[in-house]
Amino acid sequence: MSIAVTTQIICFSVLSLVVIVGALGVILLESIVYSAFLLGGVFMSVAGLYLLLNASFVAAAQVLVYVGAVNVLIIFAIMLVNKKEDLMPIENIKSRRIISTSICLTLLSLLIRVDLSNTWGLADPNTSIGEESTIRIGEHLFSDYLLPFEVASVLLLMAMIGAIVLARRDVMNEDISTGLPVDQELIEKPNEPLLIKKN
Amino acid sequence: MNSGLDLEYSFNEILKGFGLSSELAHIIWLPLPMLLVLVSAVVGVLVTVWLERKISAAAQQRIGPEYAGALGVLQPIADGLKLLVKEDIIPAKADSILFTAGPILVLVPVILSWLVVPFGQNLLISNVGIGIFLWIALSSIQPIGLLMSGYASNNKYSLLGGLRAAAQSISYEIPLALSVLAIVLMTNSLSTIDIVNQQSGAGILSWNIWRQPVGFIIFWICALAECERLPFDLPEAEEELVAGYQTEYAGMKFALFYLGSYINLILSALLVSILYLGGWGFPIPVEIIAKVLNLPINAPVIQVFTASIGIIMTVLKAYLLVFIAILLRWTTPRVRIDQLLDLGWKFLLPISLANLLVTAGLKLAFPQFFGG
Repeated sequence: MSIAVTTQIICFSVLSLVVIVGALGVILLESIVYSAFLLGGVFMSVAGLYLLLNASFVAAAQVLVYVGAVNVLIIFAIMLVNKKEDLMPIENIKSRRIISTSICLTLLSLLIRVDLSNTWGLADPNTSIGEESTIRIGEHLFSDYLLPFEVASVLLLMAMIGAIVLARRDVMNEDISTGLPVDQELIEKPNEPLLIKKN
Repeated sequence: MNSGLDLEYSFNEILKGFGLSSELAHIIWLPLPMLLVLVSAVVGVLVTVWLERKISAAAQQRIGPEYAGALGVLQPIADGLKLLVKEDIIPAKADSILFTAGPILVLVPVILSWLVVPFGQNLLISNVGIGIFLWIALSSIQPIGLLMSGYASNNKYSLLGGLRAAAQSISYEIPLALSVLAIVLMTNSLSTIDIVNQQSGAGILSWNIWRQPVGFIIFWICALAECERLPFDLPEAEEELVAGYQTEYAGMKFALFYLGSYINLILSALLVSILYLGGWGFPIPVEIIAKVLNLPINAPVIQVFTASIGIIMTVLKAYLLVFIAILLRWTTPRVRIDQLLDLGWKFLLPISLANLLVTAGLKLAFPQFFGG
């Protein structure tokens, strides 16, 4: 076995271990901050798996979008609303947990079944495009995948407008159900410090 | 492709001469460039710290460090040693795992980005195809480390500093990436080697700064903001936030932040020189010098000359930019957070979008000047 293959196997096993353990940690850990940071680790390891598959552009895009933007925003949001608050007790928590676990296990077994029964078309390593993939992705985005690409940008635009409407509360200054005017200005007003108002 | 000096090939040939297999020779070669880059990055930081102290002293009509070595050149080493032997304090109420992981997450991406910094045709660690995009992707990991250390310190100033750092870094990454995109559009490649080669046609006249003056200024402003240098050092604004996310840190963990910020500054200066100032290119093309000296371009003397000129030019350009950054730090006041975000979102972002559009138009109109 050559050194390159050995390195690849070691990298693959470490990365997949980190992905699985990290993903379990994201779900099972009680602390939401730890979950958020672990999610970043999972995204990074997935980028590493892309690198092993010679898809360096996809790996870099994964880091830039998922780690640099999505995960940072998640952590940002958690830290801005970091209330020390116990979770509300929920009725029948045990049976709910059993139901959700069984649904997840069913999905997992379905995926494993698909994985084992399907014959995967493996690209010949000698004809892999490697560094050319950036150009190939660009060509696809502007030819046969143009419509999904543009629709995705419309979706992002809609999300952005929604966020602006929600953040600028003066846009919606009346209650939708009753039609009465509601004071939805920023909680912290310039001349009224928040702490004094609370007392 | 121009072959130039290929150190890896010659090194492997020498080892094979000793009877080693080519794979073993490759393994022995692998850590060498990485070590070299680490050492040069750290030495670069020492030089920059010394420059910072001396220039700030000159700006304030002081003398600055004087007793440690001639002109105080050994002062940064003394500083580093002090940080190395200081007690490593983790506050009792801090989250010790995240507190330790934060500085590492800040430093590692910065050092990894040196992978794509070329000092010559073959003088870089790896000519990866995604080149400059790798740097943009890696620099987006840093805010996570800053948020992590800000949160783990369990201190309101640290948390505010971390949040500010993340907000600043997210807002300035977009104009930065857009101005890089304009360069990539002209080069038809993401690779840093291709970007420099595309500027090497006519010496100083073919540098990207003449074709991308707006992009150059946007990139420089954004790079300063990403490095958290004054006038954009809001995350660690002393008067408001003690030291921002670094407040609770001491000893080597603080040194990691310190190293990270200075390595980032040098890296940004290097990248500005690669993207806009012709990288390792001499103001007069080496081909013309070789012709004047009546030597063939592949002669060993010329090859060694070209390589050393390349390294000297890259470092010289980078340190010129570092000098400007230091001068800016000691002469400009800090902007407010709302001014910072206004500048990023309402000024730099539209301008960089327009710059990209104009570049694309010019490329279609004058393909011979703007890369066909």
